[in-house]
Amino acid sequence: MSFSTLIQHCLTGISLGGAYALIAIGYTMVYGILRLINFAHGEIFMMAGYFMIFSMASFPWPISVTITIAGTILLGVAIERAAYKPLRSAPRMSIMISAIGVSYLLQNLATYLFSALPQSYPEIPILKKIFQIGAVSASLVTFITPVLTILLVYALVMLINHSKIGMAMRAVSKDFETSALMGIKINNVISMTFVIGSFLAAVGSILYFTDRMSVTPFSGTLPGLKCFVAAVFGGIGSIPGAVVGGFVIGVCETALVALGYSTFSDAFTFVLLIVMLLFRPTGLFGEKNIDKV
Amino acid sequence: MMMKKSMRILLSGFLVLLVAVFLLMVEQDKAQNGMLLSVLEKGVILAVVAVAMNLLNGFTGLFSLGQAGFMAIGAYTTAILLIPVDAVDSVYYMNGINPGIKAFKTLLESAPGAVQMAYPYLALIVGGLMGALFAALIGIPVLRLKSDYLAVATLGFSEIIRAILSSPQMDTITNGSYGLNKIPGFSSILITFIIAGVCIGLMALLIRSTYGRAFKAIREDEIAAEAMGINLFRHKELSFVVSSFFTAIAGGMLAMFMRSIEAKTFSITLTYDILLIVVIGGLGSITGSVIGALLVTASKEWWLRFFDTPLSIGGISIPLFRPGFRMVVFSVLLMVVVLFYRRGLMGDREFSWDGLYGLIKRLIKRQRPSKGGAA
Amino acid sequence: MGNHVLRLENLTMQFGGVVAVNDLSLHIDEGEIVALIGPNGAGKTTAFNMITGVYAPTNGAIYFHDEMIVSNHPQGKMRQNYQGSHPEKFPQVLVKTPDQITKLGVARTFQNIRLFKSLSVFENVLIAKHMHSHANVFSATFRLNAREERQQRQETMELLRILGLENLKDEVASSLPYGQQRRLEIARALATQPTLLLLDEPAAGMNPQETDELTAFIRQIQKDFHLTVFIIEHHMDLVMEISNRIYVLDFGQTIAQGTPEEIQNNPRVVEAYLGVPEDAED
Repeated sequence: MSFSTLIQHCLTGISLGGAYALIAIGYTMVYGILRLINFAHGEIFMMAGYFMIFSMASFPWPISVTITIAGTILLGVAIERAAYKPLRSAPRMSIMISAIGVSYLLQNLATYLFSALPQSYPEIPILKKIFQIGAVSASLVTFITPVLTILLVYALVMLINHSKIGMAMRAVSKDFETSALMGIKINNVISMTFVIGSFLAAVGSILYFTDRMSVTPFSGTLPGLKCFVAAVFGGIGSIPGAVVGGFVIGVCETALVALGYSTFSDAFTFVLLIVMLLFRPTGLFGEKNIDKV
Repeated sequence: MMMKKSMRILLSGFLVLLVAVFLLMVEQDKAQNGMLLSVLEKGVILAVVAVAMNLLNGFTGLFSLGQAGFMAIGAYTTAILLIPVDAVDSVYYMNGINPGIKAFKTLLESAPGAVQMAYPYLALIVGGLMGALFAALIGIPVLRLKSDYLAVATLGFSEIIRAILSSPQMDTITNGSYGLNKIPGFSSILITFIIAGVCIGLMALLIRSTYGRAFKAIREDEIAAEAMGINLFRHKELSFVVSSFFTAIAGGMLAMFMRSIEAKTFSITLTYDILLIVVIGGLGSITGSVIGALLVTASKEWWLRFFDTPLSIGGISIPLFRPGFRMVVFSVLLMVVVLFYRRGLMGDREFSWDGLYGLIKRLIKRQRPSKGGAA
Repeated sequence: MGNHVLRLENLTMQFGGVVAVNDLSLHIDEGEIVALIGPNGAGKTTAFNMITGVYAPTNGAIYFHDEMIVSNHPQGKMRQNYQGSHPEKFPQVLVKTPDQITKLGVARTFQNIRLFKSLSVFENVLIAKHMHSHANVFSATFRLNAREERQQRQETMELLRILGLENLKDEVASSLPYGQQRRLEIARALATQPTLLLLDEPAAGMNPQETDELTAFIRQIQKDFHLTVFIIEHHMDLVMEISNRIYVLDFGQTIAQGTPEEIQNNPRVVEAYLGVPEDAED
């Protein structure tokens, strides 16, 4: 493998990792607050792909991006209100089943509305512009993804550490009941979490699908699970952890494909998950919890 | 008021006989009843998986989502063992079959008639044992995890198994991404029903034994269960292995029913389908899972089919009805169950003749005063 | 060293930088009722959790009928952060899981009742018999253990009858009134056939009359089942009436021990419970 192909693969890996990181944040935030694996998050990401396809059919790209983000946020919050809120006091297994149910519903709905055939993803001309540096060539999206990811994460960390809603979020993730007693409007905090998660999923979706060119009703499932693994890897509840996890998985997966083990690139993620859970169940940056007896 | 035990046994025997007669009658005209037969057969196979999943999720409280993977192990093992030697070359036309397997199969086909008769059942059991073996290995690291981590880890394992089965490195054994076909099935649906009945019966007996009570204790409170002298890991592992054994057997039965399988058949969606059956039937109810499996399969594959065909009433075609709508209706129904009827059809209760008797009596009582009022 | 049923030696439990129990040594003799008292957060329940194998102690050893069942010393990171005493005294590492300790004959109840909530009273007690069952999965599934099963059911009924719970046997555990839930938890612990019974605040939330009943009840079962009892309790009436000896824990350390009379008159105990008088503080 020549040096330039190596660089090429690295770029692809980092770019994929950036998209994964953005989606992983959605998982980690929801898990941090509701202790729920939002199985539907991958499907939200998939639906964002379709929103983009349909808005690009009649609008220029800046408007389409706005529509896509707005639509995805609406969808995310609506799911929380309809499928998770009524089950807040139910056993955890019920909420998890509800999340799986929503993801099943969204897949079937997408199949019904848009057919199971791959729909080609529209090109945003600027993002597809090819850059040539020496022997390495890559489209702008490959460069933009990691940069945008870092910027968004920085903004998010600032929001969480220095704003009122951020403080409320941190409080709720530490102790749900006590926060409610302290007068924090739990439902608003949870909605905000879904707003942020869906927003990042929409951005991630645009970056991810621009590189992949087509969307099917099932293109959210695997990336979704991988991003959850990324979140666990980094330590669930930790935003920097999710970002690191996203990049690690993105790079490793690209490396496996480049080495010719593409059938195992999906399985690798889960091996990583199991190894991590065995040796450091709290993830890279997670906090340790002691069960009270 | 309880019925006599002999009475209950008599009624159950009668029910079994009734089902058998019904199946034989339906099978008289295979062409006419094709849909009914296939729904019944698939339904009862899924019922085995659903009960096995319920053993883990509903009775032991372990949220596992690895069902598709274990079904795949059982299905592939059974299929490889059962494909006739004559058909092997046409099935593995791309890469050829591993000579060892072929020699083994040729040896088996020269075995005496009695062995040949028992062969399909042995193949299913071997498939089940393979599933159990994998479960035992996987269980060691995974069962230490807490509920939702366990769900993702088992889901992950299921995906790993699928990736391995369809990888080019396994071409001469599993035929890689081409899948397997020409798998011989059973001659009568009655046999499928009997096997399924035995599997479900065994699991029911286990659940109602002292081990079943230990499983329930773990579901209710792990720390208290441990304080009662129940070894958490040993019992979780046991539940996981038994559940996977029957899941793999059902996988083998599914392979025999479908006649051809590929790795894609055993994707996450299959696990979700089974979870939905368990939820609709009721977490913690064996009879609920069985009824759920039959109802869900019938409505998915048969009763709700009309949603997928364009419909016009009085010349106006209704735009909603086209392929895919059935699954949307189905998933909406599911969400309704999850959100508003969380206990499913049966909750954690079981069907019993006493329960039925009580229900009928209550219905009659309710009828009487209204009749009197009308007169 | 005589025949102690339970002996703790320099038992220390440190969570991160917090020493919950520090250098706890005590012993309980056959047939005794011994109480462990102290203000909230003194480390009493942590001590119980170490005895029953829920936590492995950071340092120290536990002997049951003079046989070592648990032993540990600070390891790994804890070696640097360890703040307790006697770090070099326990070279052996011996850790047992809670089920192993229950099998040895130590049973317990929990501070915040932990019943099998959606199961019946009868099943709650019957489950405790599982560990005595000789059946394996196959013999249990195929009902080859029918005689043993019948016998366990009879024993369970017998136990419920003795403890006055037989009329409630088909009730769902969570539907019982609070006092009965406590009683059921004790019944369940007795079904494991222990020689040592650990009761973690059995009278919590009870009114004086219920507490009196419980006092008699504990005494009764201690006699009938030939038990040694170790009890954590805040109701001083109960503690003073029932205990042969008392250990007082404060901030993880034993500050006093002795008979009820000695403890009642011990100034350090009064101080720990009531605080130092304000004028004495400055």
